[in-house]
Amino acid sequence: MSLLRIDNLDLDIYGTPILKGVSLEIGQGEIHGIIGESGSGKSMTALSVMQLLPEGSQCRGAVHLDGVSVLEADEAALCAMRGDAVGMVFQEPMTALNPLQTIGAQVAETILIHQDVSRSEALARAAKVLRRCELPPEQFPLSRYPHELSGGQRQRVVIAMAIALRPKLLIADEPTTALDVTTQADILRLIQQLVREDGMSVMFITHDLAVVTGLADRISIMRHGAVVEQGGGASLHHKMQHPYTKSLFAASSHQPERAVPAPDAPLLKVEGLVRSYPAGRRSLFGTAKRVLAVDDVSFEIQKGESVGLVGESGCGKSTLTRAILGLEATQAGRIYLGGDEVLSGGQASADVRRKMQVVFQDPYGSFNPRHKVDRLVSEPFHLLGRKATAAEIDEALVSVGLTPADKHKYIHEFSGGQRQRIAIARALIIKPELIILDEAVSALDVSIRAQILDLLADLSERYGLTYLFISHDLSVVRSITDRVLVMKQGRIVDQGPSEALFSNPQHPYTKSLIEAVPVLPGA
Amino acid sequence: MLRYTVLRTGSLLISLIVASLVIFFTLEVVPGDPASFMLGINAQPETIAALREELGLNLSPWARYVGWVTGLVQGDLGVSYTYRTPVAEIVAERLVISLPLAGYALALTILIAFPVGIWAATRRGSVADISVMGATQLGIAIPNFWFAMLMVLVFAINLRWFSAGGFPGWDEGFWVSKKALTLPAISLALPQASILARVMRSSLLDTLDQDYIRTARAKGLTKGQALRGHALRNALIPVLTIIGLQFSFLLAGAIIIENVFFLPGLGRLVFQAISQRDLIVVESVVMLLVFAVIMVNFLVDLAYSWVDPRLRGRR
Repeated sequence: MSLLRIDNLDLDIYGTPILKGVSLEIGQGEIHGIIGESGSGKSMTALSVMQLLPEGSQCRGAVHLDGVSVLEADEAALCAMRGDAVGMVFQEPMTALNPLQTIGAQVAETILIHQDVSRSEALARAAKVLRRCELPPEQFPLSRYPHELSGGQRQRVVIAMAIALRPKLLIADEPTTALDVTTQADILRLIQQLVREDGMSVMFITHDLAVVTGLADRISIMRHGAVVEQGGGASLHHKMQHPYTKSLFAASSHQPERAVPAPDAPLLKVEGLVRSYPAGRRSLFGTAKRVLAVDDVSFEIQKGESVGLVGESGCGKSTLTRAILGLEATQAGRIYLGGDEVLSGGQASADVRRKMQVVFQDPYGSFNPRHKVDRLVSEPFHLLGRKATAAEIDEALVSVGLTPADKHKYIHEFSGGQRQRIAIARALIIKPELIILDEAVSALDVSIRAQILDLLADLSERYGLTYLFISHDLSVVRSITDRVLVMKQGRIVDQGPSEALFSNPQHPYTKSLIEAVPVLPGA
Repeated sequence: MLRYTVLRTGSLLISLIVASLVIFFTLEVVPGDPASFMLGINAQPETIAALREELGLNLSPWARYVGWVTGLVQGDLGVSYTYRTPVAEIVAERLVISLPLAGYALALTILIAFPVGIWAATRRGSVADISVMGATQLGIAIPNFWFAMLMVLVFAINLRWFSAGGFPGWDEGFWVSKKALTLPAISLALPQASILARVMRSSLLDTLDQDYIRTARAKGLTKGQALRGHALRNALIPVLTIIGLQFSFLLAGAIIIENVFFLPGLGRLVFQAISQRDLIVVESVVMLLVFAVIMVNFLVDLAYSWVDPRLRGRR
C-alpha cells in the first residue's frame, strides 16, 4: 500500500489554476523525486500535502496520507500531522530557522508540541537527533544560535527538526540548492542514510536532474502545474519518452558551441593581490584578528579568452571580483586592465572602468523597479560622460534577443531569463572588453540557462569579448570556459585548461569538488 | 555581552559630554541678560553689575561650564535666578508629576498598541485590519490638545467622573493622584498608541512572512503558537526603537497637555524659565531631559541585545 497517494489534485489560488490534475503515489520507504522548472507547481504540490498553502487557495481532488484524507482533515488534525507524520525541509537554510532561538530549543520544540514530555527530556532527545544529523553536542552545543552556524550546518538543524519524531514521510523542497557542491553531497548522503535507517518515504523536490537521478526510486516530471511523465529513477534517462523530459535532459547537459580563441595580449593582469578584513575581537581589549579574504592572488586573462573562477562560498571569489572592479581597496598587489592600473590613487578611473562591466546573479534585485528598460540599460553611460542614443539602446537590446519596443517597459514585465538578457544588454552597451559574470546563470532554470549560455558564446564571438565567469556550478563553468581557476581560502590552488582540469583533476581539492558534483547517468 | 555593554556605556558617556557642551554654549549665545531681566528696566547699572557678580556671570564661559558640570555630577544644579531656590528642588517638584505621567501614558500606549497591532496583523486585509488602520490614522491626525479638551468636556464637565485639571499632590493618596493623571495620560497616549500600533502591525506582518514561521508551522504549531513562539519576539526590535523615542517625547513634550490640565510639570517649568531668562533652570532641565533621552536609548540598546542574540557578539 502506498503511504502518500495524490489523486487528481487541482489547486486554485484566488481563481488562478496552479495545479491541474496532479496524481502521484509514494510507497513505504520510497524516495520519489519531483522535478520541474520554477513555476511548475512542485512546491505547491508539497504544500498541498502539508496544507500550508498561501491564502486564497482552493484544493480539489484527494490527498491520502497513510489512509487519512488530508483535504478533509480539520486544522487541529493537520497540526497533529505536521511534524509528526510528515516532516519538511526547505530550500533556504539561512532563513528557515528562527534567529532568536537556540538550535536545541528549536529541535526540542517539534518534540514538545507532539508529545507530553518534560522540557529537559525534549532537549536530551534533541541532542540525540542532532547527533544523528552529524552535529554532535560536544562540538555544537544546544545553546548555539543559528547565526553561529554555516549554511550546511543550519540545514542539518532543519533536517533534525523534520526527522525528530521519525515521520513516515519527509518532504524535502530543494534542500541542497542553496549549498556548495561538497556540502550538497554531504547533505544528500545524510538524507539517504536517515531514510534507510528509519524506513522513511521521501518526496524530494528539485530543479536539478542530476541531484535526483542518483537518489530517487521514482521520478515525476512537472510542468505548468501538471505531471507530464513518471518513471523509475536511474533508468529514467533512457526510458522516458515525453519531449519535455527529453528537452530538460538536453538542457541540463547543454554545451554551447564556442570558437577557440587565438592567444592574444593579456587583457586583465592581477599581481600578488591581498585583501584582509578585521575579524571580530575575542575579548574587549584583545587584538583584532584579520581574515585574509584574498591571499596573494596572481593570474592573467588573455584577450578573447573565457576564464572560469570556481570555489565554495567564503573562498574569496566575491572579494576578488570587487577588487577587479575597483570597488574594494586592497592591501597589496596590482590589477591592470589593458595595461592601465585599475586602482590608481585609491580611485578607479572611469576610463578603466568603462572597459569592464559586470552581470550579477539575481535578475530580480539588480534593477531599479521604478525605471524603464531604456534608462536601466543606459546606466553605464555615466562612465562615458554622455547619454545613450536611441540607436545604441536598440542595438544592445537586439543583440541579446529582445526587441527595441521592450525599452518602454518596466522590469516587472519580464521573466527571469529576459531580465538576465537585459542585464547583459546593460553590460554590453558601452562596448566593454571584459565582462565579469558573477553567478550570472545560477538562478535560472535549466532551459533558460542553456539559452543564456548560447547567447554569451555568440556575443563573445561577435564582439570579441573576454569573460571572467564566476560560479559555484562546475558543469556550467566547464561548458563555457577555456581555462579555470580554482580558489580555496583566498588562494588560487589549481588552474588549467577547462577540459583537462575537469576530466583529469590533479589537485586534491579540485578532485573533491568534481567528485561532489552529481552526474546525470549517461551524460 | 559584556563587550557590548561596555561599548554602549562608552558611547553613552560621550553623548552626555557632547550634549552638555552644546546645551551650555548654545544658551550662552542667546540674547538677554538674566541680571537685567531680574531687576527690571529701571535698575541701576551698579545694581546689575553687583547681581552679575553674585550670580557668577562675570566668570569666563569655560569656568562657568566646569562649575556647572561639577555641580551637575554632585546633584547641585545651582540656584534659580528668579525663584532664588535651588534648581534641584524645583525640578524634583515637577519631576514627581512629569515622570509618573510619562510612565502612565507609555503604559497606556503599549497596552493599547500591542493588542491592536497584533490583532490587525493576524487579520491582514480584512475589514478589522482596514478599520484599525483607519482609526490609527485618525488618532495620529487629531491634535492631542483638542482631544484633551473633548475629554474634559465629556468626562469632567458632563459625566463628572474626573476633575477638569490640577494635581492634588501625592500626599492625597496614590489612587487620587493617579485619577488626576488619567485624562492627561490618555490624551498623550492616543497619538502615540496609534503610531505604535501601526509599527507593531507592519513589523509583525514582515516577520509572519519569514521562512522560519513556515518552518514552525511545518513542525505542527498552530497559527497562534507560531505567532507567540516565533513571530512576536522577532517583531519587537523596531517596536522597541519607537517605544524609546516615545518615552523621551512624553517626558519633555507634554507642555500643551500640562497647560490644558493645569499640571505643574517639567514642560511648563521650561516654558516659564525661558520666558524669564532663568538660564540656569533651562540648562538644567534641558540637560536632565537629554540625560533621560540618552538613558532611555541606552536601555533600548541593552534590550535589543536581550532580544537578539546576534547583537551579543560572536562567541
